[in-house]
Amino acid sequence: MASEGAGLEFHPMDQFIVKPLFGGDVIHWYTPTNATLWLFMAVLAVIGLMVLTTSRRAIVPTRGQSVAELTYGFIYKMVEDVTGKDAIKFFPYIFTLFLFILCANFLALIPMSFSTTSHLAVTAVMALGVFLTVIVVGFAKNGVGFLKLFWLTSAPPVMRPILAVLEFMLFFARPVSHSVRLFGAIMAGHAVVKVFAGFAQVTAAAPVAILGVVAIYGLEMLVAAIQAYVFTILTCVYLKDALHPHH
Amino acid sequence: MATDTQSAAGKAAESAGMPQLDFSTFPNQIFWLLVTLFVIYLILSRVALPRIGAILAERQGTITNDIAKAEELKAAAVEAEAAYNKALAEARAESQRIAAETRAEIQADLDRAIAKADAEIAAKAAESEKAIAEIRAGALDSVKAVATDTAAEIVAAMGGKADAKAIAAAVAARVKG
Repeated sequence: MASEGAGLEFHPMDQFIVKPLFGGDVIHWYTPTNATLWLFMAVLAVIGLMVLTTSRRAIVPTRGQSVAELTYGFIYKMVEDVTGKDAIKFFPYIFTLFLFILCANFLALIPMSFSTTSHLAVTAVMALGVFLTVIVVGFAKNGVGFLKLFWLTSAPPVMRPILAVLEFMLFFARPVSHSVRLFGAIMAGHAVVKVFAGFAQVTAAAPVAILGVVAIYGLEMLVAAIQAYVFTILTCVYLKDALHPHH
Repeated sequence: MATDTQSAAGKAAESAGMPQLDFSTFPNQIFWLLVTLFVIYLILSRVALPRIGAILAERQGTITNDIAKAEELKAAAVEAEAAYNKALAEARAESQRIAAETRAEIQADLDRAIAKADAEIAAKAAESEKAIAEIRAGALDSVKAVATDTAAEIVAAMGGKADAKAIAAAVAARVKG
């Protein structure tokens, strides 16, 4: 990926390298790394957004409390509308995913920070978590009836076995698309910002490059929020299949 | 930025590909991600979500209560207005009754006074007429007497001997004429 132009140094992917925080070269499973630091920042951001703002429990909310309440209401309504009223017990789980992705995405936009959600390891764990939850909840709630998810009764009987095979394959493609969408969007955006920044080394191209950085940065703000939203609403849609496998 | 890129150039050699596919960092990332998600889940499910839920419920309760209270006050205001209007109508009717009564009383007094005055005027007029008639009768008598005396004197002065009775009859006849 790192393309070497004439005298230009481009390392758009270096920002994604996981490094130990306190020196050393070996990364054990427990080593605190730059990824760990920014995951911890996400926890602080969640505390700041949801806990500190609501500490006054005001009937007439302050600005911060309003933001916390609106975020809560937004995801609560999404779970209720998309997944169903019986899915409210999954609300804390879905809200955790949404807030983590939202905070991590926006923290990643701070210059010199580390984009935790740009890593396949992170998004794949979350997507697989949703995938496994869907399977476990689906079988626990509906038993073998969960398999009706693949048997489309609205299709002509001849087509049903073929469609069942397709549906089955699509079902297993879900965690892949679910994780690659988020990781791809964040990684690509940040790499593009770095590429434009690399062009800023050339005096002639600098004004355009800097404008490009600003434009892509604005776009990335949008992407940060939209990807968090998309990941969350897909989680709701998948969970709906687990709770109500009948189409 | 530029110096950062330069210094990182040495290290970049080993990670020519995508750092995302460097599987040696996966256990580390997955471990810390699970810790992070677990901590966020605990914070949200134990502290933030119950608190926000309680705030929203409390606000809903307050709003419902306030609306109920407002409805009550509105009903009370409507009632008070009705009572006020009723009192006003009653007072107006009362005042009209009093005015009518007073007017009737005054009219009666006036009629009585007018009747009394009429009667008095009539009595006075009758009295006066009688007095005038008396005066007129008196005057006629006096005229008769004076005329008789004067006639008798004139007759005597003319050298005649006048019969008193004839003179009186003649005077009476002239005065009447």
